[in-house]
Amino acid sequence: MEVLYQNLLTISWREVVMWVIGAVLIYLAIKKKMEPSLLLPMGFGAILINLPNSGAKAVIDHLFKIGIDSHELFPLILFIGIGAMIDFEPLLTNPKLMIFGAAAQFGIFFTMCLASLFGFELHDAASVAIIGAADGPTSIFVANTLKSNYTAAIMVAAYSYMALVPMVQPPIIKLCTTKKERLIRMNYTGKKVSKLTKILFPIVVTIVVGLVAPDAVALIGFLMFGNLIRECGVLDSLSETAQKVLANLITIFLGITIASRMTANEFLQLETLLIMGLGLVAFIFDTFGGVMIAKIINLFTKNKINPMIGAAGISAFPMSARVVNKLGLEEDNQNFLLMHAVGVNVSGQIASVIAGGLILALVR
Amino acid sequence: MKISLENLVDVLPIMGKGMLGIFIVTAVIIAFVAILNSTTKNSD
Repeated sequence: MEVLYQNLLTISWREVVMWVIGAVLIYLAIKKKMEPSLLLPMGFGAILINLPNSGAKAVIDHLFKIGIDSHELFPLILFIGIGAMIDFEPLLTNPKLMIFGAAAQFGIFFTMCLASLFGFELHDAASVAIIGAADGPTSIFVANTLKSNYTAAIMVAAYSYMALVPMVQPPIIKLCTTKKERLIRMNYTGKKVSKLTKILFPIVVTIVVGLVAPDAVALIGFLMFGNLIRECGVLDSLSETAQKVLANLITIFLGITIASRMTANEFLQLETLLIMGLGLVAFIFDTFGGVMIAKIINLFTKNKINPMIGAAGISAFPMSARVVNKLGLEEDNQNFLLMHAVGVNVSGQIASVIAGGLILALVR
Repeated sequence: MKISLENLVDVLPIMGKGMLGIFIVTAVIIAFVAILNSTTKNSD
């Protein structure tokens, strides 16, 4: 009879807290539809891993060892799927939009400074800051490569804030812009881009980024490989597989694998709360950076840019673009900013990978 | 957790190099895309 309750006697309050956190993540995934593909497996995994003497721990640890610890395999394979999903045409018709993607990575470096000020060691500060990349695979890749002590908290923060973009960005955008600026109309000409450009783009970007930040070759390479499969026109079935089956398969494993770092001892630290706060700061200052560069450019150009599109430079695709479009229509129901915002949004995807690579090059 | 101004001073140059690096790489990519667009516009 003792066998039936022996394990119950070993439950600690910290494990119960983790069950509650797991339940909250599951609730947010199902009821609030916040990044359900990641938050639900993470939430359930947190419960699995925090049951006393859990038999699932060894399996999930093994998944972590092969999928993340050794060469960050899962996030890289996921990037193939993400690359296959992205249409870079809105960016290729107006490549200058990449400036906003670059500026919107300001939050990463600002947060790295803040995290260092709060006493985080450099590799941990950089790992926390990469939450601002607003890109799960990049965050996992950088945090794990730098052997951060806070991988789980960083992942939870990254995916939670990506889902919260529609709540986080609008007040910051309104704070940084005037009504007159928000009313600026931008026409979209819808120029066509040649197939050759769409094919050469992923190859050229991989070479350029890889030469400057060799640590980012895996990230940018896998992303652009996925995009090349999409754009080459002769691998439709592989492209569809990458976008749907491959991405879904890896996402299932990735969420539950990250939970291996959500043990009570690793997760329930004061630093976790601080990391959540710093993650929010990263998103706020990413938005600020993108909007401000547009306002600065407007000082020197005759054809004004609606500075709100700068906020779409955050890599949370396509939510950020939709947020900017919605804000534009709220101010003027004839001002359609979507295609400009989408162009900026996809440029943010590239810029966040560049930022990740540069952080690895500068910090390691 | 402790406030460390020394850490902040050490990280500021990394911030500068990082942002500069992103803009430089972005400028190179923009230039390449502009060249690709102008040289391939009649190829389809």
